Amino acid sequence: MISRIDAKFAELQARGQKAFVAYVMAGDPNYEASVEIVKGLPGAGVDIIELGLPFTDPMADGPTIQLAGQRALEQGMTLDKTLDVARALRETDDTTPIVMMGYYNPIYSRGVDLFLEQAKEAGIDGLIIVDLPPEEDSELCIPAQNAGLNFIRLSTPTTDDKRLPTVLQNTSGFVYYVSITGITGSAAAQSADVAPEVSRIKSATDLPVIVGFGIKTPEASRDIASVADGAVVGSAIVERIAAGDSTADVLAFVKSLADGAHSA
Amino acid sequence: MPEDLFNSFMNGPDENGRFGKFGGRFVSETLMPLILDLEAEYERAKTDDSFWAEMNDLWTHYVGRPSPLYFAERLTERLGGAKIYMKRDELNHTGAHKINNVLGQIILARRMGKTRIIAETGAGQHGVATATVCAKFGLKCVVYMGAHDVERQAPNVFRMRLLGAEVIPVTSGRGTLKDAMNDALRDWVTNVRDTFYCIGTVAGPHPYPAMVRDFQSIIGKECKEQMNAAEGRLPDTIIAAIGGGSNAMGLFFPFLDDASVNIIGVEAGGKGVNDKMEHCASLTGGRPGVLHGNRTYLLQDDDGQILEGFSISAGLDYPGIGPEHSWLHEIGRAQYVAITDKEALEAFQLCCETEGIIPALEPSHALAHVMKIAPDLPKDHIICMNMCGRGDKDIFTVARHLGFDMSGPEGRSVE
Repeated sequence: MISRIDAKFAELQARGQKAFVAYVMAGDPNYEASVEIVKGLPGAGVDIIELGLPFTDPMADGPTIQLAGQRALEQGMTLDKTLDVARALRETDDTTPIVMMGYYNPIYSRGVDLFLEQAKEAGIDGLIIVDLPPEEDSELCIPAQNAGLNFIRLSTPTTDDKRLPTVLQNTSGFVYYVSITGITGSAAAQSADVAPEVSRIKSATDLPVIVGFGIKTPEASRDIASVADGAVVGSAIVERIAAGDSTADVLAFVKSLADGAHSA
Repeated sequence: MPEDLFNSFMNGPDENGRFGKFGGRFVSETLMPLILDLEAEYERAKTDDSFWAEMNDLWTHYVGRPSPLYFAERLTERLGGAKIYMKRDELNHTGAHKINNVLGQIILARRMGKTRIIAETGAGQHGVATATVCAKFGLKCVVYMGAHDVERQAPNVFRMRLLGAEVIPVTSGRGTLKDAMNDALRDWVTNVRDTFYCIGTVAGPHPYPAMVRDFQSIIGKECKEQMNAAEGRLPDTIIAAIGGGSNAMGLFFPFLDDASVNIIGVEAGGKGVNDKMEHCASLTGGRPGVLHGNRTYLLQDDDGQILEGFSISAGLDYPGIGPEHSWLHEIGRAQYVAITDKEALEAFQLCCETEGIIPALEPSHALAHVMKIAPDLPKDHIICMNMCGRGDKDIFTVARHLGFDMSGPEGRSVE
């Protein structure tokens, strides 16, 4: 069976469009509002949803995502409820891929096999686990692929040519290029710097390359998408949620970002 | 060294940085290439005589090693049982064992051409040691310290600033050591090309747990030789306090294959190891998980969210423990116990009164366990505890707990 992620990229290619990926933290600002936002993302032009799994110690994230995780945890968010957000989307949408993004400990604590079974059943398509580099592939990456979930790897500016094959080896779905050395929501990425890196990765893999970190505006979304297979925006959306914007306003902002990427 | 290396406890970690199932390299991709570089550089340094010559020279002339092994005669008499020795690492320059490790890492950083050093600190001892060595070598130094710890360890904050370091109070989380480590990792991931992360304990991604242990092992090596000179034999029991566990690992490691030596690690029991989690006893009250680059025992809830620890001692206030300790705990080579704040305070006072040594609150935990077991042991049983830090930094905390008002001229007792 073709995965939702592969099907989505085939569909985008047929339309001649770049992908727009949106990140939101599950349970932020609370469970109900978070479900409402997630359910609205496909209609706002989001091709792939990155669903944040809250964690107390998100060491690769900037203050925006840290605080979103804290808000979610304070509202009683758990791994089970994060899976419930995915299940809620699947009631109305069976084609938009959901990639769960977070840290390993909540999954390890659940037990890898049980987690994979539950994630698959909840309609999760892929995993981005920030603190699992290729050196730890036997932990979750290989079991996830055996369970039919994509394991999406981050490639970074420090991933040199020597290391790139190691990073790509067990990656599936797409490659997430982290456009800066830094944490989420920091300095803006420049498309001129990103372009050669994307082509370097593309010369080593057939997988789509999506670029994230530091993209905050519809213009940046377009610029970055024009030199890659798509763009990810997270912190800029989460900031709107943190500011108390209504779901309609959040989704209108998301649509402007999606339109930016789709116009590339 | 044991004759049969296959049965040695001293071979870890394996090539993946594992001690049994513990340890590993659970970091983001941005850091992975640097961690591999560091491992390669450390492997080169380990067998490079010039590296160890530089270390030994600085240990001797800058730190003041070897630290004495001291027979605590009055404490031994008072407790009326086992013979108690103290390994006096509190006499090191900067007042704790931390500098043993910092020197090694800074020399490595210089060999790697790094110009900016970052560190996390809890009680401030590692921060002070790092700021000190950076000042000596003219390196830029940034220390992350939980805002709560900045408040309760003000003298060390001032020391670091005097030494030219930038101290950044961390307000995320509850503002303690765990949060300082998160922010140090965030800094590192951002400034990965010119920055060296000088970790203060035997935790973090491989090779840190092994590397820090190797640098701290000077404690155990000296102790073994000194005990042999003093008593003509090995100690029967060695005891050290554990936050992350670097002073303990440093004392324990050279004794791991000496089957006759009992090894005891003392965790911070806070208000007591109960389900309210008002303690920092990861092995006694936690379970295995993944945080800060390694798999180890952690204080966490049922959903894998990390819990904040609680201890009177800022240096022990960490919800994890070095992975090698987790392994030694599971295979049973070392025993781990917990001591409460109250017991540690009693030990602190007893040490002042009987030995004229003001201990830090961290080794006061180790001493409290000595007080528990020594009276019931025979007089020819030799205990060696690691006096890993001096208590100057803690006198304000202790005064508050004992009801002394230090703002007045006579330190009057407050009701």
